[in-house]
Amino acid sequence: MWHISEDDLESIAIGAGILGTGGGGNPYIGMLRARQMIRENGPVKVLSHNELDENDNIVCVGGIGAPTVGIEKVRDKQSYYALKAIEDFTGKKATAIISNEIGGSNSLEPIIPAALAGLPIVDADGMGRAYPEVQMKTYFVYGVPSYPMAVCDEKGNTALITEALDAKWVERMARAVTIQMGGVACYALAPMTAHQVQTTAVLDSLSLVKRLGDAVRNARTTHEDPIEALLGVHPGKVLFQGKIVDLDRQTTAGFARGQVVIEGMDQFESDKLTIEFQNENLIARLNSEIICIVPDLICIVDSERGEPITTELLRYGFRVTVLGFPGPDLWKTPEGLATAGPSAFGYDVEYSDLELT
Amino acid sequence: MHIGIDVGGTNTDAVLMDGDGLVDKIKNPTTPDVTSGIISCINTLISSRPDVGQINAVMLGTTHFVNALLQRRELAPSAALRLCLPATTMLPPLVDWPDDLKNSIGGHTYMARGGHEYDGREISSIDEKELRKIAKQMTDEGVRSVSICGVFSPVDGSHEKIAAEIIKSETPDVNITLSSEIGRVGLLERENAAMLNACLVEVASKTVAAIRTAMISAGLNVPLFFSQNDGTLMESEFASHYPVFTIASGPTNSMRGAAFLSGVLDAVVVDIGGTSTDGGMLIHGFPREAAVSVNVAGVRTNFRMPDVFSTALGGGSLIKQNPLTIGPESVGFKLAREAMVFGGGQMTATDIAVANGMAEVGDRRLVSNIESSFAEDTIDEIQKRVEDVVDQVKISAQPVPVVLVGGGSILVRNSFDGASNVLRPSNAEVANAIGAAISQVGGQVEKVYSLTDMSRDEALDLAKDEATQKAVEAGGDPKSIEIVDIEEIPLTYLPSNALRVKVKAVGNLI
Repeated sequence: MWHISEDDLESIAIGAGILGTGGGGNPYIGMLRARQMIRENGPVKVLSHNELDENDNIVCVGGIGAPTVGIEKVRDKQSYYALKAIEDFTGKKATAIISNEIGGSNSLEPIIPAALAGLPIVDADGMGRAYPEVQMKTYFVYGVPSYPMAVCDEKGNTALITEALDAKWVERMARAVTIQMGGVACYALAPMTAHQVQTTAVLDSLSLVKRLGDAVRNARTTHEDPIEALLGVHPGKVLFQGKIVDLDRQTTAGFARGQVVIEGMDQFESDKLTIEFQNENLIARLNSEIICIVPDLICIVDSERGEPITTELLRYGFRVTVLGFPGPDLWKTPEGLATAGPSAFGYDVEYSDLELT
Repeated sequence: MHIGIDVGGTNTDAVLMDGDGLVDKIKNPTTPDVTSGIISCINTLISSRPDVGQINAVMLGTTHFVNALLQRRELAPSAALRLCLPATTMLPPLVDWPDDLKNSIGGHTYMARGGHEYDGREISSIDEKELRKIAKQMTDEGVRSVSICGVFSPVDGSHEKIAAEIIKSETPDVNITLSSEIGRVGLLERENAAMLNACLVEVASKTVAAIRTAMISAGLNVPLFFSQNDGTLMESEFASHYPVFTIASGPTNSMRGAAFLSGVLDAVVVDIGGTSTDGGMLIHGFPREAAVSVNVAGVRTNFRMPDVFSTALGGGSLIKQNPLTIGPESVGFKLAREAMVFGGGQMTATDIAVANGMAEVGDRRLVSNIESSFAEDTIDEIQKRVEDVVDQVKISAQPVPVVLVGGGSILVRNSFDGASNVLRPSNAEVANAIGAAISQVGGQVEKVYSLTDMSRDEALDLAKDEATQKAVEAGGDPKSIEIVDIEEIPLTYLPSNALRVKVKAVGNLI
């Protein structure tokens, strides 16, 4: 057990940005909101999955919608309202909150209902990275029902999805409701048992992003290499180092699709890395050979400061380091790959493990 | 003829320009009151000129207002009013401001009903009674300036305008700043920028009036313009309402002035000083803008600032042997005492350039013991670092003209990786003032359009018309106005029909 303090939020935001693999939105506003809640209600308790009680009733919350809208119509306590709606509908009080997505701003969302309801957060999430759609959660892949889901806006509107054919239908309905609610909303999902969390969630991911962020901040103060510091925290590898020489980005149906080409420097001199993205980075090709592919993580960071760079901020000339981290094992089964592997993003490519050596 | 003036922290520079030609230039120390330094420059420039009647405008770039913010002085007691309820209450106005700045303007914040969704629907209607009550509270609290920020006002600014009328009818003497006239999408950042403007309006009106009066008594009754962050001009009457638009004009004027002196519109401008090297890219005569948010006096805003890349390399950088290191320490302004060529004991980059025969500064004999192969290697390394700066600020791999300014530009050669040609303009020491003098007027629009009721082309046309209209209002000749930049940014994670558009128009002064 540990507590999230105000100072931890900056680390979590950096670490969540890195595991956001280019997507997941900008965590600045999420950080301010979480800070406000911690200032008003005190530090939030974090429980490890093995500290859960068998009677625990764990509710997953998250934000849904366009980050561009979220920086203008800033979210309030919608995820708390959604939590209450799920408690009312199921007739069961929540005893802990869990994140839907550790990458990007959603990593901080559970802090809001947890602080307001005086509940702990579970150190785990449903992705271990960032993904664009609701159905892409390990919970649902391994049998946790994706409904009932409550979607709330700031005005007092709540939509309950009480039944759906599958998690993809939940995604479709929730997204349609979100547009009507003005482009941003928050949701809460059917409670999970401790056993469900222990077997279907990506574990220890909140403490991981905090440690990644701590490592980067620490390296900046001591003028050490932030890249080495990151790899010291989490097993992974430097896929490439170089500068961005070409960028092709188009937005279709809510996805920023495109590719970025990086020309090698130092040990990668005379090589070229191409990364294809759809909001998140999905495939990295060294010259023409695939060296890292979703669900493994492809993270672009500023070579000097270790700052994560989102897809929207990519620019010609940036000096970047591309890190590869193995994705959670839960995503590497046939069911996991079917939901959020290469084929789920329209790639006719087999997944193969990231080689760490 | 135009007079261009740049008020910096140390010097106030002024130039007299006849069309594209530099007629005269002057450099004076900046005075604490700013105004008297400006007027003494103007007087020196025009005193012995029989053709003073030919001068038809004065253009001014100044750090005066940003200094007022940094020093927390002359700021008006101000209130931030957000039109948002029931949305966006968790992070109230001024939420991430430094405490001392917040306290120095009173820290008054209000939230009321109003605001819009991204697609133009109302979040809630304006409640007139509520706003009248707030206006009374503001009066009781001694508020003299108000910023009004509605959610999605860049999509629909009507609620801000209605609220302003209501507040004005209760408290006719307060100054009002509307966020939709200040910034773009990004509630907190736009609200912050509007509030910075609100607390500067009083000092701006005072400064503008003082300069105008002094100009008239100097016999120069011509329009006065202020340089804006984006490299265009605004009329002084407008500037007294929108002082926040002047706060980053310095780097923009410097880059534009240097490029103008070199006769190029698209170029990388590299300023090598005593301690650091700054590079920026000009596209069609305007600086490439930074993608990230900008901190002004500790407050996060979303102004578009020039994207400048800096590295610790300059004429005063200390050189060490075995292994070779260049900087980051520098003798800085003590170069004329501490460098070897001036009889000092420190080996600086300037000493290397002299030893290598690239420059004649100080006494060459004092560096005769520097081995020529070492000097050559050092210059190679310096060259590589400057080429790296050029490469970082370029927008593509294509070679571009490189404009070199600053005293440290003697450190680099004329053959340059990534450069189509290298230009070293004369008179670069007054580049800022020239940048101010050659500015055009402009109008910029950044809005989200819902494509439910209109096509993409219609949305773009609306944005272009509005930008052109803004340029005309700023004093532009309608015949000369061109659209210089169009950027479309669709919304991600939402398959809806909304489009964010940014359009910029510029034209010549009438």
